[in-house]
Amino acid sequence: MVRVLKLELRGITKRFGTLLANDHIDVVVEPGQIHCLLGENGAGKSTLMNVLYGLYEPSEGEILIDDKAVAFRGPGDAMAAGIGMVHQHFMLVPVFSVAENVALGAEPTKAAGFLNLEETRRRIKEISDQYGFDVDPDALVEDLPVGVQQRVEIIKALVRNAKVLILDEPTAVLTPQETDELLDIMRQLKAGGTSIVFISHKLREVKEVSDTITVIRRGKVVGTADPAAPTAELASMMVGRAVSLTLDKAPAQPKEKTFEVRDLTVIASNGQHVVDGLSFDIARGEILAVAGVQGNGQTELTEAILGLQDRVSGSIRLDGKELLGRSVKEVLHAGVGFVPEDRKVDGLVGTFSVAENLVLDLYDKPPFAKGISMSPAKILENAKARIGEFDVRTPSAAAAAGTLSGGNQQKVVMARELSRPLRLFIASQPTRGVDVGSIEFLHRRIVAERDQGTPVMIISTELDEVMELADRIAVIYKGKLVGIVPGGTSRDVLGLMMAGIPPEEHAHTTGQAPAAATASTSDAEGNDHV
Amino acid sequence: MSTKLSSPRPGNPQPGDTSNGTGTNVVSAKPVTWRTPVLLTVFGLIALVFFGLLAPHQTASFGISTGEDFFQLPALAVNAFAGGIVLSVLLLGLAAYALFLKTKDRPAPGWLTVTFIVLFVAAFLIWVVGGARTPSISLAGLIAGSVTLAVPLVFGSLSGVLCERVGVVNIAIEGQLLGGAFTAAIVASMTQNPFIGLLAAAVAGAVVSMVLAVFSIKYLVNQIIVGVVLNVLVSGVTGFLFSTVMQEDSDQFNSPPGLDIIEIPVLSSIPIIGPILFRQSLVGYLMYIAVLVVWVGLFKTRWGLRVRAVGEHPQAADTLGINVNATRFWNVTLGGAVAGIGGSFFTLVAIDSFTKEISGGRGFIALAALIFGRWNPIGAFFAALLFGFADNLQSIVTIIGTPVPSQFMAMLPYLVTVLAVAGLVGKSRGPAASGIPYVKG
Repeated sequence: MVRVLKLELRGITKRFGTLLANDHIDVVVEPGQIHCLLGENGAGKSTLMNVLYGLYEPSEGEILIDDKAVAFRGPGDAMAAGIGMVHQHFMLVPVFSVAENVALGAEPTKAAGFLNLEETRRRIKEISDQYGFDVDPDALVEDLPVGVQQRVEIIKALVRNAKVLILDEPTAVLTPQETDELLDIMRQLKAGGTSIVFISHKLREVKEVSDTITVIRRGKVVGTADPAAPTAELASMMVGRAVSLTLDKAPAQPKEKTFEVRDLTVIASNGQHVVDGLSFDIARGEILAVAGVQGNGQTELTEAILGLQDRVSGSIRLDGKELLGRSVKEVLHAGVGFVPEDRKVDGLVGTFSVAENLVLDLYDKPPFAKGISMSPAKILENAKARIGEFDVRTPSAAAAAGTLSGGNQQKVVMARELSRPLRLFIASQPTRGVDVGSIEFLHRRIVAERDQGTPVMIISTELDEVMELADRIAVIYKGKLVGIVPGGTSRDVLGLMMAGIPPEEHAHTTGQAPAAATASTSDAEGNDHV
Repeated sequence: MSTKLSSPRPGNPQPGDTSNGTGTNVVSAKPVTWRTPVLLTVFGLIALVFFGLLAPHQTASFGISTGEDFFQLPALAVNAFAGGIVLSVLLLGLAAYALFLKTKDRPAPGWLTVTFIVLFVAAFLIWVVGGARTPSISLAGLIAGSVTLAVPLVFGSLSGVLCERVGVVNIAIEGQLLGGAFTAAIVASMTQNPFIGLLAAAVAGAVVSMVLAVFSIKYLVNQIIVGVVLNVLVSGVTGFLFSTVMQEDSDQFNSPPGLDIIEIPVLSSIPIIGPILFRQSLVGYLMYIAVLVVWVGLFKTRWGLRVRAVGEHPQAADTLGINVNATRFWNVTLGGAVAGIGGSFFTLVAIDSFTKEISGGRGFIALAALIFGRWNPIGAFFAALLFGFADNLQSIVTIIGTPVPSQFMAMLPYLVTVLAVAGLVGKSRGPAASGIPYVKG
């Protein structure tokens, strides 16, 4: 018999110190529904779910299951009540097998506490067969692709008889194809009687799969929406004002090609070719977006250009001068602006002030330095100008950069990099963890830099961002170039390319040749024109 | 691959289709490096020159049986020069095979390295003994003595395994051994009962560990620093009590009755194996039991699965309802008790009184054994045996009088430690969360 469960959150409030993460949130998850919590990064969705899962104690409010109030002292209680959670960052022990991970915490045992993994394997196989997961119970989790790891997480919840499954930003780490597979699994689970709380900020997915949408903004429920509502309406509910989801940008006016990469290969410390024979070039006044699933060599590619990688071969030429083998400082002086993928680690010194962060790569040059002394007045003057220009919301130029919100931190990094004349601009994940409003602004700045005649390279794992900005798209997979296609190429084609299938093979797989893909080839020289 | 992706059932990827779209797990075989073949060649050449060509033409003799065995086996006599040449040629042969495998891009198999080490040690022994004034040692005695010297090391490294597997670095093994040794001595002296002394040693080790646990788990103090401070603290406290209490009235406070050697009838008379396995003190037998129990516990039971999960990914364990910090606390305490028992070996078995710094840095060697043994109880056991062997060898060889200055021989255990940990282990992977305090949220 399938036990169905109604879940209600009533007046949940969660404070961290003075920060109000959740403000009297009411949500009702009806049995057998896919209920979406839609909201931006930092809106308080994950906090709410951690309260529900017993990881945080709510400051106020109560959780009701089948109209009875319950109190969870830990995840154990939540699981016992039939709630399962798949975290955004998987909670799997990488060196354990699938069976060990599934068993952990609710281990079937023989006498004297000896493990009975046979029982777990049987349960995994059962669930696997029921939903077509095809997971090998004896594989080590660290050897599994992300999509399969996610299924292991779902199995973990199902083995514990979860009746409500919380999925926290489940598609963030998946390829478009894997995302479609996941949405399918969600529908199957729903058909099997499991309710799902789906946390996301990706409107397309939300519209596709949800039964009900609750929109959360700044810790408050701002309303419920119908999945059939237009995308623009959902977006403005989420952000709190009208946002233009499409960027108005003029067609690119590519001039001469000033940045060339030839046969670039980067070897990691374990001997793996993480970047493998990449060749492409970028013209002045165009944006080349490098698309691919996270971990396919993007980080190493940018680090190689900047001079941060040791075992590199090939050639990287800017304005005819070789960059390979130069120090980072020389590369920066050659006119390369660089926005790193993790601003907290590589982009900012969190404990330094905003003003200091704005001159991190210019501090030793006039006007900011004279001989061995720095000029605080000039640094402050510069900071005020940049803060105004980029609309950085900061209490003052002297505030520590680490205290700003993600979007404002990113604006500081971007302001610094764009504040000097550039010959090449590279931005890695330019809008990761940034609110929708700031995304729009940052995108405009990137396009403005292009229109000034700078070659721009964007590295992004977000397909939406790639499609928004790119004049041409280079897709990489396992360090190799799958192909370079024009900006308007369809999601389906890009999705297949991100899985490593060059466009010319798509005809065999989809039965029809996608028009956009055939317009271009995966020319190894990378000099195909748009 | 392309046909697989076009599968009409998107929720059901094909078996083995692990390369499907996600590059985050690009797994490639580790490249075969030149390190092992080159190292083997260098050591082979060293063996050829020193142990072979420069060897004395004396005959080295190795006694195999002890007087108490069933039957006496004749001593093994080897001409040092001939033996050295034969063994170093074999060593170079192994090195050449490793080089050959490298040219085929294949790594040297594990047995090759192990065989190499065994043969190298044999060549070294023949050379050292062959050059001594009295070119004769008892092999049985050498091995049995190694086990004896290894006992505190094994307990120490088991303590390290228990702590690090759960995510706490235990630098305080030295302090736990010393605390155990002191407490065993004083309690056994006062009660005139070595078994109570043994229990007290376990309690003392556990108490030292609890301090480590409280500071590193509850107050999030850097675990290395707490460990180092504890070592200094225990050393200071035991040294102080030794000179103020024990030395004042050593009859009452520092003359513990020892734990006798228990010989298991019949079995203990088997040559070589007998003295190692069946002619031990209670602490020696406990060591074998402890190694097995910890191994089975860690890898076969629910307790072990939870312990390892906490040491690898505490957050994952927490989300499954496992109390991370309680698991850590009790495991660290248990580790301390194990090390305390090891410490009692000094004062209840090896020597029948306590002296200052009686553990003599063995806690740190135990730490090395733990790493060399790759955080595995059985691996740690054999690593500790290796260090015990080096320790014993240097004392025996000094006694029989070798041409090598004794100061150099005294360096042997530590040289072996450095080589083993730095050279042979390579990049081994300990528990991922070891040394990182767990804070919720």
